[in-house]
Amino acid sequence: MAVGAIDDGIVGRGNRDGAQLFRVWFDELTQAAESDRGGAYVFVMGSMSELLRAFDLPIVFPEINSLQTAVRRVAHEYLDEAEDYGYSPDICGYVKADVATQLRGGALPMGRIPKPALAVYTNACNTYIKWAEIWERMYDVPTFALDVPGTRAAGAQTWPGDPDFENDRRYVAAQIRELIAVCEQVSGVKFDIDRLRENMGHANTMSRCWKRVLELNQTRPSLFNALTDGTIYLGVSNGLRGSEAGARYFSDLVEEMEYKSERGIGTLTDELYRLLFVGVPCYPIFRRFSELFTEWGGTFVNSTYLWFASGGSNLGFQYDLDDPLESLAEGVLISVRDAMDAMFFQTDILVEMIDAFHADGVVYHPIKSCRTVSTGLADNRRALMAGRDVASLFIESDMMDRRVVSEAQLKNRVDAFFEGLAARRGQAAAPAP
Amino acid sequence: MTVQTFPEWQGQPLDEVIYQCRELFEDSDLPTVRRWRDAGGRVVGHFQVYFPEEVVHAAGMLPFKVRGATVEPVQADSRFGSYLCSILKTSLELALSERIELDMFVTHPICDAARNLAGVWGRNYSYPCQILYLPQNANSGHAAEYLRGEYARLKRGVEEVAGREVGDDDLRASLAVFNENRALLRELYAIKRDTPWLLPVDEAYVLTAVGGLIPREEHNQLLAYVVPLIRERDAKRQDKIRVVFEGGFCEQPPLDLIRALGRSCYVVDDDLLIGLRWILEDVPADGDVLLNLAKAYVDESSYSPVQHDLRKPKERMLLKRIEDSAAEAAIVTAAKMCEPGLEEQVAYTRALDEANVPYFVSEFEENMTSFDHLEIQLETFVENLLFD
Repeated sequence: MAVGAIDDGIVGRGNRDGAQLFRVWFDELTQAAESDRGGAYVFVMGSMSELLRAFDLPIVFPEINSLQTAVRRVAHEYLDEAEDYGYSPDICGYVKADVATQLRGGALPMGRIPKPALAVYTNACNTYIKWAEIWERMYDVPTFALDVPGTRAAGAQTWPGDPDFENDRRYVAAQIRELIAVCEQVSGVKFDIDRLRENMGHANTMSRCWKRVLELNQTRPSLFNALTDGTIYLGVSNGLRGSEAGARYFSDLVEEMEYKSERGIGTLTDELYRLLFVGVPCYPIFRRFSELFTEWGGTFVNSTYLWFASGGSNLGFQYDLDDPLESLAEGVLISVRDAMDAMFFQTDILVEMIDAFHADGVVYHPIKSCRTVSTGLADNRRALMAGRDVASLFIESDMMDRRVVSEAQLKNRVDAFFEGLAARRGQAAAPAP
Repeated sequence: MTVQTFPEWQGQPLDEVIYQCRELFEDSDLPTVRRWRDAGGRVVGHFQVYFPEEVVHAAGMLPFKVRGATVEPVQADSRFGSYLCSILKTSLELALSERIELDMFVTHPICDAARNLAGVWGRNYSYPCQILYLPQNANSGHAAEYLRGEYARLKRGVEEVAGREVGDDDLRASLAVFNENRALLRELYAIKRDTPWLLPVDEAYVLTAVGGLIPREEHNQLLAYVVPLIRERDAKRQDKIRVVFEGGFCEQPPLDLIRALGRSCYVVDDDLLIGLRWILEDVPADGDVLLNLAKAYVDESSYSPVQHDLRKPKERMLLKRIEDSAAEAAIVTAAKMCEPGLEEQVAYTRALDEANVPYFVSEFEENMTSFDHLEIQLETFVENLLFD
């Protein structure tokens, strides 16, 4: 790595600024909680932040809060508390960590979150719906299910002009109008379409840049690790969606990645194997989980996680700012649908990724907590293996619950996977008999 | 197409009819569906919970309710990860083991696991496999209109498989059949509610469940035949407590477990196979039939943990079910690994505590074979109530 690059302050800026923005965001949430302001509780797949920011509502992402408890190694305390309250060990760990957070008055290791004044959630994950019902019962606050119909079958996406697409779009548009009325009522702020337009402009910048950042990682060596660095970028993509700070961050991130790409500056790993990640990271041992791969020279060049957990921002959908409400409906429909596709119909997506990113292997990591992501992965792997001669690894653990994370078992499987990759490479290099 | 797929019950005394229904229900080789196919019929499998079967019926095909089975998921296991409910695996196993052959498969976004089935099934079979996106925002003023469009999309897919168009008259004729079926099921449940000694829960259950295995006209004949016989039954009222069973909306408890419940108490209402009884009133046959069906789904329907509707908070609906059936207690269950069911248990039990309604909480799996422990616990619960 060139010393000049470090002096420029460009390399590593995305990680530094991302961490800083997160601190600021949580400080603001803590202030909101302390001044007893209610927040808008949203989720990463279809957060509607562009719209909610127009009503001055502090935005809370319970999924991000929960995963932070795992990264900070206190998730078990939260899970235990929710299980004592009555929730089963067999349900989503994110939900349980949030239940405990609510029971603790919003207290989290990073700060304190305000109580919900409103919850807005899509159906991209069914658990969102059950989760919001918990807040309904706890706080008797308005909750709004923004129903976004997904793709009906593999490869059967419809597009503007198609009667089926238009049926879906009218439904989403009608719900957005209904949501606006709820937001006005909850916030006491009158809807201002110019504020929405401005936020959508920022979201456009963020989506366009996120798509570019992901594309740039096709570079050899890869510019960022999709599992670790990518999660930081993803956090900003969600937490600051539709904000000026978010737009600036992503413009800077593209600059950083282009800078690195032009100079051949890769991640800290000496890249031997380029991998794709399918599933959700193992947050209870987040750093160690990554090291299991980087120690062998494996870097994650892309993941379905960076697609679906960005709510489909990877598509780079650009809102038409001349027709904000209709365009918002179309953009939400197409983007959230794409997020769902990356979980339910990902075979073609992975085939394209393997080619575009020159991947040597695919790592499947289904988790106990999340059936949305995990249910079809074994079958998807069978289909991918049937269609592509690519190495793959299938390991199970969890994103929250360390009781089902066995580091030794994971390491054994990962080591064997890399040994197989090395053998495969050796065979390919050997002269034909 | 008129095929008699289940003639075994005809002309038989009531106990023999119920025995034949039980035999059919427990036969994982699905002989009625096989007979339908052997006669040249086509079959559309639809996963739990609710499906507008009228659309398939109107195309002359057999709607088959995919609700799992008591089979070992020998082949299906390799298609799924761990930590999943059994019904997903055994449903696919029915197809992989060639116990059933479908022409189309439809699942629904009822839960995170079930919506994955379109992808999984579609990777294993070349026939159409899809998700029917029933509205998750039942409170939107546009939900019924959207669903009407979604049903129209489904109808086009069904027509392609059937190789024929489905006209309004076809839909009206099917609606009449299903309205009759729902009315008969309401009658069956009324008997169970008002005179539970005449109809134990396991018998009501198999009489209901065979509806998902045979043409609905046959089911109507069967129900119309047994309802008067049940009313005339010479059965003595026993000193059993009246309970509501909750938790059977998707994966089904084993029949032996349901029978065990019936031995201990009168199950006066339940949510077993609620999808077959989802629509509560007759659906009007005039005007736009698909819109009528859509409105009925949204506005004239029961409740379950897999449908969010601000008008129907589940715990209040459970309390209403208890009140309407004059039950004294509730059995609140969930299938193992069923996220919606397990999450709802918390709300149910808290509401029951507040309302001071005694309840028994449990989990089950469709492939359970031993209930001794559970039965003892249930007996203890019942005795506590009886001698309280």
